Amino acid sequence: MEAKTLFDKIWDAHVVKEVDGGPSVLYIDQHLIHEVTSPVAFLGLEKRGLKVLRPEKTVATPDHNVPTINQHLSIKDELSRNQVEMLKKNCANHGIVYHGLGSDGHGVVHIIGPEMGLTQPGMTIVCGDSHTSTHGAFGAIAFGIGTSEVEMVFASQCIMQPKPKKMLISVNGQLNKGVTAKDIALYVIAQISTSGGTGHFVEFAGSAIESLTMEGRMTLCNMSIECGARGGMIAPDQTTFDYVKGRQFAPRGESWDKALAYWKTLKSDADAVFDTVYEYDASNIEPMITFGTNPGMGIGISQNVPDSNKLTGSDKLTYEKSLKYMGYDQGDKMIGKLIDYVFVGSCTNGRIEDFRSFAQFVKGKQKADNVTAWIVPGSRAVEKQIIAEGLVEILNAAGFELRQPGCSACLAMNDDKIPEGKYSVSTSNRNFEGRQGPGARTLLASPLTAAAAAVTGRITDPREFLAP
Amino acid sequence: MSYDKFTTLTSPAVPLPIENIDTDQIIPARFLKAVERKGFGDNLFRDWRYDNSNQPIAGFPLNQSKYSGKILVGGKNFGSGSSREHAAWAIYDYGFRVVVSSFFADIFQGNALNNGILPVVVSPGYLEKIFAAIEADNHAEFEVDLQNQKFTIKSSGESSGFTINPYKKHCLTHGLDDIDYLISMKAEIAAFEEK
Repeated sequence: MEAKTLFDKIWDAHVVKEVDGGPSVLYIDQHLIHEVTSPVAFLGLEKRGLKVLRPEKTVATPDHNVPTINQHLSIKDELSRNQVEMLKKNCANHGIVYHGLGSDGHGVVHIIGPEMGLTQPGMTIVCGDSHTSTHGAFGAIAFGIGTSEVEMVFASQCIMQPKPKKMLISVNGQLNKGVTAKDIALYVIAQISTSGGTGHFVEFAGSAIESLTMEGRMTLCNMSIECGARGGMIAPDQTTFDYVKGRQFAPRGESWDKALAYWKTLKSDADAVFDTVYEYDASNIEPMITFGTNPGMGIGISQNVPDSNKLTGSDKLTYEKSLKYMGYDQGDKMIGKLIDYVFVGSCTNGRIEDFRSFAQFVKGKQKADNVTAWIVPGSRAVEKQIIAEGLVEILNAAGFELRQPGCSACLAMNDDKIPEGKYSVSTSNRNFEGRQGPGARTLLASPLTAAAAAVTGRITDPREFLAP
Repeated sequence: MSYDKFTTLTSPAVPLPIENIDTDQIIPARFLKAVERKGFGDNLFRDWRYDNSNQPIAGFPLNQSKYSGKILVGGKNFGSGSSREHAAWAIYDYGFRVVVSSFFADIFQGNALNNGILPVVVSPGYLEKIFAAIEADNHAEFEVDLQNQKFTIKSSGESSGFTINPYKKHCLTHGLDDIDYLISMKAEIAAFEEK
């Protein structure tokens, strides 16, 4: 039998039909939807006189637009409110489960899927959001789609997809103190650039990856889109099975045993062939921070802003435009630069482990006076756990307030916008121009590095504060 | 979504010689709040096109009357970032039918094809020639021949072939979309679910 990668095994099991000279018709096990990319798809469906084919395989929550304070009140922004209400109405019309604002199931779509056990190994999962790649952490094929494709899934529970190439990224060895999954992600993207993964689906492997918790694996797979890949995935193992077991939608009893037996087969065969392979040594990775306007412009926090000498033509112009936007010069030392905002949250770093790490760091310290901090849980469940574990008292004592769940300042569709020219150390996923508000300057980092910046008011190496 | 059939297009082009043009630049997130697909072209490249007080920024190519046409030419890695199809809608609504670059991000490329926009990939060297031809003559015309998969700089006659998936080519040529095809597969999908 031909050797297969993890990706091949799941993909092949979901191909309904190969179209001559065209893409495959791929069956989708789980469709997640939110308020921004679904309304036009519902309209299209209704124009064709159709209903959602498999509403039971579709789950909805509003996350992009929602305020992160006073969620019990009506949403002030009329357009945002309209979009959220439209989602609710569309779900009611089509029999789709809707986790509304303030309900127990509410949260960022990529946080609630895994929490509820909707995300399982071996599945195909799509959502009209590029960070759907998050769910690949469970050994699922999960990727973001456009609104036309959302309509395809509504109409047929399938989409048309060309099979991507396969990439293996191995990270072996032990991670250094203060280095998290977010740092691995930023390190890899800095190595291969924001287009290095284009056309590929990535499998992350190696001892450093296996050592990650499910939260860390989700952070890493979440960021796989930032290297241009369609998605990233990690073979399921005991860590995965332990996380899934007992969750609301996880299989139980005999179904669990059967599922587990199948999940254990989900790994790349020893002699499987990848189109592209990269290998990295975990010990070379230090806490990372970005200095430019795409996620590939990241460096170890102790390093200086690289110069553009080696670049030519449009590469050089683009690089210099980026530094100008950030207000940085070539050769600048990153450590010690003043910052204005800290954002902890998003589908990248909005899970319980991220708030534990932030709270533990700031415990007994005080928020710097020059810093405005937005601490935004990824879901109601995360919010409740933060409270239950007593983290909220630690945060409050250190001068931080906990907000309510949503995408928030990651893309600033709600009121959580970083003002023009201000510097934001952010645990989110994109540092594009204006991403966190028009003119905002974003520095991507881990929750630990964000915590160090929050208490010092400057870019600070978190390792300075950690016990050896 | 229905769109015009695409066969051959001859037009001047608008140059945007910037790399990694991400979808947050093509259409910033704050303009994604509509529940219908209309008017997105007004906010295409919003923050590069207009300043804080909504005045056009003179140096931006879309604001320069010397540039026109249905072809947008961008630097490498065009369309990276978000999956928002609004980026493709904004480009189409503004009036572009072809985007040329030396490299496209995957999701954007798919979204473009699903909306009647032809993404044309050319070599980095040929891309420089296109920029140079526009620089030399702002009204320089380019021919996009989908049938023969050929892009031509009319002033020099120099052509570059481009690839496109045969199925997507058929869809673009006939103005068809995937949903019609998938709906026609209802029985096969039901049979797959039984397995």
